[in-house]
Order: sequence, then structure tokens, then C-alpha cells
Amino acid sequence: MTAATSSALAVDGLTVGYAGAPVLDGLRLAVAPGEVVALLGANGAGKTTLLRALSGLTPPRAGRVLLDGADLTALSVEDRARRGLAQVPEGRSVVTELTVDENLRLGALWCHPGRAARRAAVARTYDLFEPLARRRSSLGHQLSGGERQMLALGRALLARPRVLLLDEPSLGLAPRVVAQLMGVLRTTARETGLTVLLAEQNVTSALSIADRGVVLSLGAVVVDAPAPELAGDPALRHAYLGF
Amino acid sequence: MDRLVFLLATGFARGLVIALFALSLVIVWRAARLVNFAQAAVATVAVFAAFAVTGATGSFWAGLAAALVAGAVLNAAVERGLMRRVPSGSPLPGMIVAIGLVMVLQSALGIAFGPRHRPMAAPFDERPFVVGGVPLLSAYDLFVLVVALAVVGLLAWLFNGTSLGLQLRASAAAPEVSRLLGVRVPRMVTLGWALSGAVAALAALLLVPTELGLNAHSADLLFVHAFTVAALGGLDSPTGALVGGVVVGVLVSLVTGYVGAGVAPLAVLALLTLVLLVRPGGIFAAAQVRAA
Repeated sequence: MTAATSSALAVDGLTVGYAGAPVLDGLRLAVAPGEVVALLGANGAGKTTLLRALSGLTPPRAGRVLLDGADLTALSVEDRARRGLAQVPEGRSVVTELTVDENLRLGALWCHPGRAARRAAVARTYDLFEPLARRRSSLGHQLSGGERQMLALGRALLARPRVLLLDEPSLGLAPRVVAQLMGVLRTTARETGLTVLLAEQNVTSALSIADRGVVLSLGAVVVDAPAPELAGDPALRHAYLGF
Repeated sequence: MDRLVFLLATGFARGLVIALFALSLVIVWRAARLVNFAQAAVATVAVFAAFAVTGATGSFWAGLAAALVAGAVLNAAVERGLMRRVPSGSPLPGMIVAIGLVMVLQSALGIAFGPRHRPMAAPFDERPFVVGGVPLLSAYDLFVLVVALAVVGLLAWLFNGTSLGLQLRASAAAPEVSRLLGVRVPRMVTLGWALSGAVAALAALLLVPTELGLNAHSADLLFVHAFTVAALGGLDSPTGALVGGVVVGVLVSLVTGYVGAGVAPLAVLALLTLVLLVRPGGIFAAAQVRAA
């Protein structure tokens, strides 16, 4: 219980899916404040389901989700977001019918009351992601994959979340863009104490910025180890990560 | 020539009412991705409320306020009570429920108030001003024009200039992403329906004094015209609704004036068929929407 109450994010006995064929099976996980945890595992291991259950998009059959010790289980998706749990879902998470600027303003709505505060916060995001500043009036569907992911990440950070959940942010992106995104994540976590849970197929780049790696298999945690250890152990890598 | 000018001017004023109603269809479409076939029936109920309030207070303006409130509350109730429970995977179930609702509301109005038309007085003179020997718009037409343009401007400001509008647009375009950003999407959808109900009620209320009077079917033809406009302009485009409304209004006015009132609905249906054949996505629809 002490682990759960001192954690930024704690998951206790989380079960999702049908009886007899659970996608997540009594999953337990605790992430300390400011920690960056890489969530690894094969396709179908339950990474996306875990993130969706945490943010409330997929209702669990059993179990609890705690944010800073407070039980979120009964809260709606919107209320979890307002409490500081941000999720960047996989792929097309930019609102393509809105401009870059409108997407960012949407992200700033709760944390930055007032038009001036919102504009200032959005301006800081443009400093962080310079390519977005040049495209502020472009519609979401006119952006490249890298620009979209920058926008999704910048928008999530604008809400000053306590815990950030990321689903496959590197998918389909050039290595240079991936490195830039990972760099921003690492810096933000170090400077602001942001807690990050990062689901990735790109094991190398995820472990390169993570403090800890957690491997899911068949809906349960099978390995939980410091990131350097996981990256440096060929047997573990081979058994669970396939390389 | 004088007659043409008169018909064009009248058509323009009528067209703005049609545009307002079409705009209300666009708002629901944007909020719920649904063509609300019950919009005319709901608007008619709201005009009955206005009729009762005006009768009781003697004030057209109190009636107008009642219509706006009744339209908003009714449409919000339709969304909360009915549409929210309809499976949202395909557009068909929602449309069928809406058509069912039309029958229920119109029958209820028929049972309660009978089939006769109740004349409704306009708040301004309906005789046209004569400029240089040519009869043009009446004071009431001018009132309709000002109200319609003001509402269009207000809606454009709401959707594009306020953070509420930003949330309304985001909720409609990407509900899941919006919820993850803390937007209360279910509330935004209800709000969209309410807004649309108020606009539809206003359009119907502006129309009725220029027609035979109020009965359960007073807004039926308005809906057909507005639906044509929505098909013409694309359900997603407020600009399309505005331009399309004026086009249909002028068409109806010209055909009525030169051929006969009985032919006007046929002309509108011919236009609808033509648009659906040539450009099913609507003339103002964005290229990608049309391709989809």
C-alpha cells in the first residue's frame, strides 16, 4: 500500500476483457514520480489496452487505477484528463479538421485559464517544437507524420500533466524525428518531474531514455528491471523482446 | 423587369429563412453526424409554444424567446432521451428514430390542435415598400433579413472565435481525442443539438407569418427546402447553407411568380435530384469529404 500511495501512478489487480480470455489479467504496476518507464512487449501483449484502461477509454472488469494515491477508477475519461493524466493515443491523435494552433489551444484549455495565458503557453510550445511554429495555420491533415506526433506531444504537455501515457510515438517516423521526440520527453521529465509511461515497439530508443523497462506478456508483467540492465542482458532481450 | 426585381428580393428574404433552417441541420450534422429528419417537427412544436406565449402575453418578442427556449430544450431532450441510446456505428438507426419522432410529434400536435391553420400576425408590416414604382421588400422581410444575418454572424463567431466553439468543433471531429484532452464531449453534443433546435425554431417562427398559418405541418416544406440546401451546400459547410439557402429561395420565388405556386416544390425536388446526380457530396463540400 505504501508503494501505491507514494507512486505517481499505481495499477492494482487490473483485469480487462472477457472472462476466460482476459487481455489484462490482474495487472500490478507502480511508477514513481518523475520516473520514465518503457512498456515493452510483442503485439497483442496488452500495451495499448493497458494505456486505454488507465485513461478510462476501456472500462476494466476489475482492479484500480491510482493517480498520486487517489482512486481514479470511478472517474470519466475527461475527469481523469483534468486530474493530470494525459494520453497520446497511437497514430492519428491530431484533430485533422482543426489547425495546429487550434489543436494546441484545445490542449491548453484547462490548465491555462484566460486567453492571454493560453496564448503564452502555446507560444512556449512553438519554442519547444520549432517546425510547428511555421505551420500554425495549417490544418492537421496537411502535416507530416513527424509534425503530427510533435503536435500530439506538445498538446499533451500543454495541459501540464502529472502522468503522460504515450502509445507508440515513434511508429512510422524517421530516426532523427524519433531522437528529437525522445529528447524532449527526457528533458521534460527531468525538468518538471513529469512521470512517463511509454509503450514502444522501438525497444532501443525507448530504453535509451527510460529509467526502467516493464515487459508485458499475455496481459501480465513478466519482467520489471532497470532500463540499462534490460538493454544489456542478451538473454532477457532475446526471450521477451525478440532481438 | 419590375416583377423580376420584386421576385428576386422576396426570394432573397425567404432564402435566408431556408438558409437558417439548413444551418440548423449543419449544426446537428457537425455535432452528431446525423441528418435530423425530426428538425421540422421539433421546430413546429416550438412555434406552437411561441403561439401560446404570444397569445397569453400579447407580445411577439416573448413568443420569440419562448420558441428559442422550447426548440433548444426539446432538441436537447431528443438527444439525451433518444439519440444517445441509438447505436452510433451507422447513420441509419438515428435517421429512422428521427423519422419515427416526426410521426409522433406531428400526430400529437394534430390530436391536440386539429388540422386547421392558425393565422399568426407578423410583428411588422408585410406590405412591400415601393421604391421608384417597384415594390420591394416589406418591413417584415427586412426584419427577417437582419435577424438571419445576425444569427449567421453570431454562429460564425461562436464556432470560430470562442473556446466553446473550439470544443464543439473538436468534439464533433474527434470525440475520443477531445475526451482525452478533458473536453466534456457528451455535454458538447447536447449543446450542439440545443443550439440547432433554437436556430430551427427561429427559422420556422420567421416563416409562419408569411404562410397560411400554424398547423402541425407548417415547417414540412421548409425542411424539404433546407434539406435540398444541405445537399447542395454539403452538410458540413455553413457557407454552403447560406449560399444554397438563397439559391433555393430565389428559385422558389421565381418559379412561383412566373409559373405557379404548385410547380415550385417540383422545381426544388428537380434541383435536389440534379445535385445528387452530379455532385452527391455537395457543391461546397471539401474535396476530401467528397472523395470519402
